[in-house]
Amino acid sequence: MVAALGRVVLTRLGTMLITLILVSVVVFLGGQVLPGDPGRVRLGPLADANAVAALNHQLGTDRPVSVQYFDWLMHALRGDFGNSLALNAPVAPFLRDALANSAALVAVALTLVLPISIGAGIWAGLRAGSYTDRAIILSSVSLAIIPDFVSALLLSMVFGLWLSWFPITGSAPPGSGFWIGIYYLILPSLPLVLIYTGYIARMTRAGVVEALASDYTRTAVLKGLPIRKVIWRHVLRNALMPTIAVIATQIGYLLGGLVVIESLFQIHGLGNLVLSAAKSRDFPMLEAGVVTLAAVYVLGAAAGDIIQMILDPRLRGTART
Amino acid sequence: MTYFQPASPVLSKPPVDVEGADARPRRAAPALRSPTLILGVVVLVFWVFCAILGTHVVPFDPYADNVLSTFTPPDSEHWFGTDQLGRDVFSRVIVGSRDILTVAPLATVLGVGLGAVLGLLLGYVGGWFDATVSRILDALMALPLVVLALMTLVAVGASNLGVILVIGFVYAPIVARTVRTAVYAQRELDYVSAARLSGAGPIVVMFREILPNVRQPILIEAIVRLGYAFFTVATLSFLGLGIQPPSADWGLAIADGYVFLSGGLWWVVTFNGLAIISLVVATNLIAEGLGAFETR
Repeated sequence: MVAALGRVVLTRLGTMLITLILVSVVVFLGGQVLPGDPGRVRLGPLADANAVAALNHQLGTDRPVSVQYFDWLMHALRGDFGNSLALNAPVAPFLRDALANSAALVAVALTLVLPISIGAGIWAGLRAGSYTDRAIILSSVSLAIIPDFVSALLLSMVFGLWLSWFPITGSAPPGSGFWIGIYYLILPSLPLVLIYTGYIARMTRAGVVEALASDYTRTAVLKGLPIRKVIWRHVLRNALMPTIAVIATQIGYLLGGLVVIESLFQIHGLGNLVLSAAKSRDFPMLEAGVVTLAAVYVLGAAAGDIIQMILDPRLRGTART
Repeated sequence: MTYFQPASPVLSKPPVDVEGADARPRRAAPALRSPTLILGVVVLVFWVFCAILGTHVVPFDPYADNVLSTFTPPDSEHWFGTDQLGRDVFSRVIVGSRDILTVAPLATVLGVGLGAVLGLLLGYVGGWFDATVSRILDALMALPLVVLALMTLVAVGASNLGVILVIGFVYAPIVARTVRTAVYAQRELDYVSAARLSGAGPIVVMFREILPNVRQPILIEAIVRLGYAFFTVATLSFLGLGIQPPSADWGLAIADGYVFLSGGLWWVVTFNGLAIISLVVATNLIAEGLGAFETR
């Protein structure tokens, strides 16, 4: 059994690697269509054409695309993502800091999302079909579709400017302690909470509804178990399995929301890094940022699948790839 | 005829596992009386009206600067106040519906059209073709939509057409997955074999026989996608990568207005924000009324 599980995990990791390589190729090719060549970006519009050509030669950006890609890939595998064109410094340290800052924001957001969404989903699922159920699902789905920059601005207007409960920037002053840092991240994480609560609540609800309708629940009720025990031991245990997988997958999607939130709240995270790299046509920075985003996404999705397989032996035979 | 469903009990079963598009034919007719659906349609029709006739009904010229009355708070003359150039925010909010209501539906039509064709092919042909293409689609979906759009629009330049193409191409694989699942549930059914035996070619079977029977999940997917298209168009405009000035677009207006928020100038962001919220929530109410969020 362990061997079977191991094989499934290996297959899953294999597809994950293929996905990542595909993404990096797509981004690399995409970078070739970006207008403006790297030498020109660095030297400015007034520089002499010979100087630009010389710099391009020095940077290696005058070589064929395939050569450049393999060069990049070999270095990237060793953690070297080249030099930023805009900042003229290695990309890797920026990437590390950005990853840490984004991880902190995502952690705060998830800490708020999970209890709210799972609680709401269970509450709605146990009352499936009632007005409470419809109200919970409809409001969570509707909140999820409000663009994050709108909710971010409205929330910071109310809680930041009028009530002054939270600072309106997401970066704590340098040297602040751990709790202060978290305090600064609460307001930025609220728009993400609004977006992700709806989806997870819906999945939880669906799991609860399905478990309630199942034969094992009926058997448990018929053999005389108290309802409370049936719900804890039978319904929730089965209902939360799909939810766990969804949460892992959602961590990847959360990163998409970071672009707007981080730039609004001046958090130096991955989303902000990708946005500013794209705007300044800083290709090495952009490629590193996007591939990191994709890596977190596929890791999340793979983790979701694997966790689900460990929890549910029925899935082990059918590795979803 | 829109809600026509074959009488066979097998056919009226909902296709399983169609995420976000759990079509329930038997709920379709009562849905027309659903209050959420009606509310959503009313709000959406209001914005469509504004998009078409907006410039003729607004009290002020939405593009006229007035340096003598910049940042007037809302009053009886300027209901929503004026912005940093003295333009009437109320008129701009009404007229600002035009671009988003053109770009997002066109993007959705492109995405749903491409996705439906691709999904039909994947579901009907199946086999290694389905396995290979589905894998590639999964890889494409490993990047957040905003990031993909960001890269593309920086490369080709921000324009309405660029936004339509990016959102359309990103939606195609998502729609294709839904349609593929629905087609899988149909392709072994008797009416498909009957059509095939009567000598119909694969194109005819796919588009004349199967397509009408997967219409409901496609319709629901289209409405859900439209809601997200509004979301994405607004976000891209806000980031400066979508609809460009001098459009009175809501996302653009918020991008211009939010820097003044800390000075207490709340009205530009608030009213444009509420306009976006009303549009996306209305679309969602319609989707809910059609049964889009009933998971099992």
